[in-house]
Amino acid sequence: MQQIISFILKFKTALVFWGLFAIAIALTINANTHHQNKWVSSTNLLSRSILSVKADVVDYFYLKEENAKLLDENKELREFYLSHQNDSQKNDSLYFENNTGLDSTYQVFNAKVISNSYWKINNFLMVEALEKIDLTTDLGIISPQGIVGIVEDYNAQYARVISVLNPNISINAQLANTKHFGSLVWDGKDPSITNLIDVPRSASVAIGDHVETGGNSLIFPEGIPIGNVISFDLDENRGYYNIQVKLFTDMTNVRNVYIIQMKDKEVIEKLMEGTDE
Amino acid sequence: MNKSINNSIRFVLFVLLQLFILDNIMFLGYINPYIYIIFILLLPISMNSIQIMLFSFLLGLSIDVFHNSGGVHAAACLAVAYFRPFALRNAFGINFDFKTIKFYDEGFKPLLIYVSIMVGIHHLVMFSLEAFSLKYVYRILSYTLYSGIFSILLILIVLYLLKPTKK
Repeated sequence: MQQIISFILKFKTALVFWGLFAIAIALTINANTHHQNKWVSSTNLLSRSILSVKADVVDYFYLKEENAKLLDENKELREFYLSHQNDSQKNDSLYFENNTGLDSTYQVFNAKVISNSYWKINNFLMVEALEKIDLTTDLGIISPQGIVGIVEDYNAQYARVISVLNPNISINAQLANTKHFGSLVWDGKDPSITNLIDVPRSASVAIGDHVETGGNSLIFPEGIPIGNVISFDLDENRGYYNIQVKLFTDMTNVRNVYIIQMKDKEVIEKLMEGTDE
Repeated sequence: MNKSINNSIRFVLFVLLQLFILDNIMFLGYINPYIYIIFILLLPISMNSIQIMLFSFLLGLSIDVFHNSGGVHAAACLAVAYFRPFALRNAFGINFDFKTIKFYDEGFKPLLIYVSIMVGIHHLVMFSLEAFSLKYVYRILSYTLYSGIFSILLILIVLYLLKPTKK
């Protein structure tokens, strides 16, 4: 007995070391073999609450990265939407096996607004394309909410965009319900309101109606949301409606935008030139 | 008494520091410093070795709880605690035996040796147990080397920041 006790006393450091080491190894083996490690795991109350605080803090550092991922996802969804919105039409009209090239004609690119103006009369935005794109003029720019403007000039990845808040452009737009179309112009007053003019008298307009881009342009695909009707009046002499439209896009606060490019634009433009002659 | 409060604060502080800041560094994708063993480095020399091992085990275990890593850090810390007298004797020489050394008074070289031995042991044990297979010998050694260098640098910086001001 005496000897055992003296042995233990002599090697107490080593014994404690190996004892604890065995526990640690056992825990490690346990963690490696069973996925539910009950004793040492991050799901108990204390560690759970600390880890959730940690996640709150750390998330901030990854906002940018997360944002980029979401942008990509949105882009894909938008492209998918644009390529499929003609499907119903395709199904109920004459459809030929080989003319699929004309559908899914739009490509979407991520872009970022780097400067913006909305307080002037002639407003422009600077947009930086976030991925490789062969910029041309007359590309449509849309925000997640609705239209933003049209590319006027470009250099490398940067594009100067005429904002919808600029009286110098008119965008083909239509009433979502009746498909009567007119031109969208800005009167230079309120950055949240534009005018849809030249809508024929025969159209039925009501306050709250949605306005979207029309199909008569090569810049925007048909059906991109623009805004809704807040008031309208009929010009009796000319027989056209003048409709005030509240924009869905808050032009004072646009950050992430998409550039929309029509793949077959050159071909179509050439064809249209041909018909003019 | 004052000393033990000081040490308890250090314990909590280093665990939180590791979790909130250092675990997010992931330099070049995998190089991560582990500097919480400063707690073990700075435990009083006169402290009983069994106590040191118990505290170290607890320290490692609390890191493990957050990393979901079983007993990896606990084992590594325990090994560090066990080899602490050995490291001290190698670094500070004969003075250690008289328990008269003060970490900061001995100059830079002994401190560097002390920290390097301890970090080396800690990282080697930790990465070995983390991989838990001899298949990954190369990975274990390279992680130990790269993370080790990173940790040693950071630990030395922190040690000099913690240096008590002379009166």
